[in-house]
Amino acid sequence: MIRFVAHRFVSMLFVLFSISVLAFLIFFATPGVDPAARIAGRNADQATLRAVRHDFGLDKPLPVRYALMMKKLFVTRDLTSYVNRGAKVIPQVTQAAPVTLSLVFGAAIIWVLASIGMGMLAGVFRGKPIDTVVMVVGLIGISMPVFWLGEVVNLFTQSRLHGSVFSWVPPLGYVPFSHSPFGWFKSLIFPWLTLSILYIGIYARVLRSAIVEAQEEDYVRTARAKGLTERRVLFRHALRTSLIGFVSLFGLDFGALVGGGALLTEVVFNLHGVGKLTYDSLQNLDLPVILATVIYAAFFVVVANAVVDLVYAWLDPRVRRA
Amino acid sequence: MSGAIVGEVPAEAGDLAAVAVGPWQLARRRLLRNRVALGMAGLLVVIVVLCLCAPLYADHVAHTDPFRSNVSGTTIVNGKPVPVMKSSTQGLGLGVTPIGPTWDIHHYFLGADEQGRDVAARLLYGGRNSLLIGTSAALITCFLALLVGGVAGFFGGIVDGVLSRILDVVWAFPVYLLAISLSTVLIARGLSFGPIHLTSGSLLLPIAIIGLVYIPYVARPIRGEVLSIRRREFVEAAIGLGASNWRLLWSDVLPNVITTAIVLFPLMLAIDMLTEAALSFLSIGVQEPNASWGTIILDGQDVLYTRPAVALAPGIAIALTVLALNVLGDGIRDALDPRAKLRRTDS
Repeated sequence: MIRFVAHRFVSMLFVLFSISVLAFLIFFATPGVDPAARIAGRNADQATLRAVRHDFGLDKPLPVRYALMMKKLFVTRDLTSYVNRGAKVIPQVTQAAPVTLSLVFGAAIIWVLASIGMGMLAGVFRGKPIDTVVMVVGLIGISMPVFWLGEVVNLFTQSRLHGSVFSWVPPLGYVPFSHSPFGWFKSLIFPWLTLSILYIGIYARVLRSAIVEAQEEDYVRTARAKGLTERRVLFRHALRTSLIGFVSLFGLDFGALVGGGALLTEVVFNLHGVGKLTYDSLQNLDLPVILATVIYAAFFVVVANAVVDLVYAWLDPRVRRA
Repeated sequence: MSGAIVGEVPAEAGDLAAVAVGPWQLARRRLLRNRVALGMAGLLVVIVVLCLCAPLYADHVAHTDPFRSNVSGTTIVNGKPVPVMKSSTQGLGLGVTPIGPTWDIHHYFLGADEQGRDVAARLLYGGRNSLLIGTSAALITCFLALLVGGVAGFFGGIVDGVLSRILDVVWAFPVYLLAISLSTVLIARGLSFGPIHLTSGSLLLPIAIIGLVYIPYVARPIRGEVLSIRRREFVEAAIGLGASNWRLLWSDVLPNVITTAIVLFPLMLAIDMLTEAALSFLSIGVQEPNASWGTIILDGQDVLYTRPAVALAPGIAIALTVLALNVLGDGIRDALDPRAKLRRTDS
């Protein structure tokens, strides 16, 4: 197990390094892209361009620039924005992170509970009308673009029904938990629901097919044969193994969402999380901020991947030998 | 006709008898028996045909140019001419509100957007772009994934090591952020790479970006399958007969993994269309004055509370298309996937 952990850790570092190089190359070495022109403005003359290149170290060779960038990002932590001169990038990311975490945690709780309920209902009543209903609802959830769903939700909660049923919904934006726990809840409940709908659909379908498959396994037949109640067979035998795939999928999606997958939801609901930060810096092409958020995101995804693999290896010893 | 023959015998016996007619025909029969999937395929055909008719609609039915702003134009409602943009009656009376849906197929059926352009006509033109980008990107993904996954799984060794590492890195890069990063850089300037010059408005940019970022999702399962096929007896036999590598790849490996690519194609298409919509919504996909369903949702965001139809219509179009693709994809998987067949005969 220790060898497996060590091996996994090394490969994690390799992937993180590669991603940072890839992100750096995309932003600073794509043919035809000149960051200096972007910093200096549209009609800058050659002398200004040269000065800007020198100031930002853009005239150095690529590997040196990569090293400088990483040093500013991780060691001295004083990477500054190209657009808002002097604004440090790292504090912006750390300020935005709690918003994203609040959004993703809440949505995750909703989608896990709802999809386990729906998946089990559909799996147990396979072929019955309730199975069809649950699966159709799940499919519709998967098929809607999340930002569009968010707009529809806004249309009703902020405008059309705001005078009657949804008068308690605060204006779009984030209320910090420390400021007012109830206000925090009210400001996030609709973003949570919107974000979780897609995942409820996916996870309910995954769990249903896992339960259906488990029902035909020998160990479930054995459990039935030795006279266990149907409920016990379902909860203690069929569901438990079905949840292994579910858990690993959850780890990956959770990492991806914390890492910026919630960008569209944050934009539509005006929550100033990491995704919104990425989006805003996208609008004015603030490359250092985008680079920082992308690397922050990749970090979460890679760590989530590694944790999932470790949990898998811990659950299933066969994986460790692979 | 084949439906009638299959209908006479029980499904199980039909499956057994049909084994003799080959896997493709068997899959086709199974798919034809799946009413829901067929219905969704029909819906898709309707959507595609409607979108292809976009120029016909704009020129001969609505008589509008959906790519030119028409802020001071007029249209006809109940036989009377009305301005496309009405002055606001609220507050200081500043600003204008576009006309809402008239439900008159000849005059601004779904209303106008903020520039006075016909939303219905833009919806059809936008659908053409969304479908074109989704389809091309999914084709690129499946083709390159077959190539990369096939070569990596078949040759193994260093080739596999390098290709798998690259796939791992792209896989670990959050897919939306990779697409966003590439789009931000490329759409701002266009791409000039050697002899290739693409302007920022070119549809090839979103097609290439979306097509590339999803390659690991298809290439990884294909690589795994090729690895196991490589060790099967019929491949050993072909090697024993002295077949070349390319012959092995082409006539022994490819026919066995192509089903995976076919099963994944409609699902990739669905994902690609959602990604295209997201990128366009973030204004780094299809560029003005060109339209896609994503850009129309973006246009509709500004008039969401006054004219919700602008944003609602393209969203419904995307949701219907993606829903149809998902159901059809499930149907094709059930028809083609041998594991699904096994499960059905078991139960």
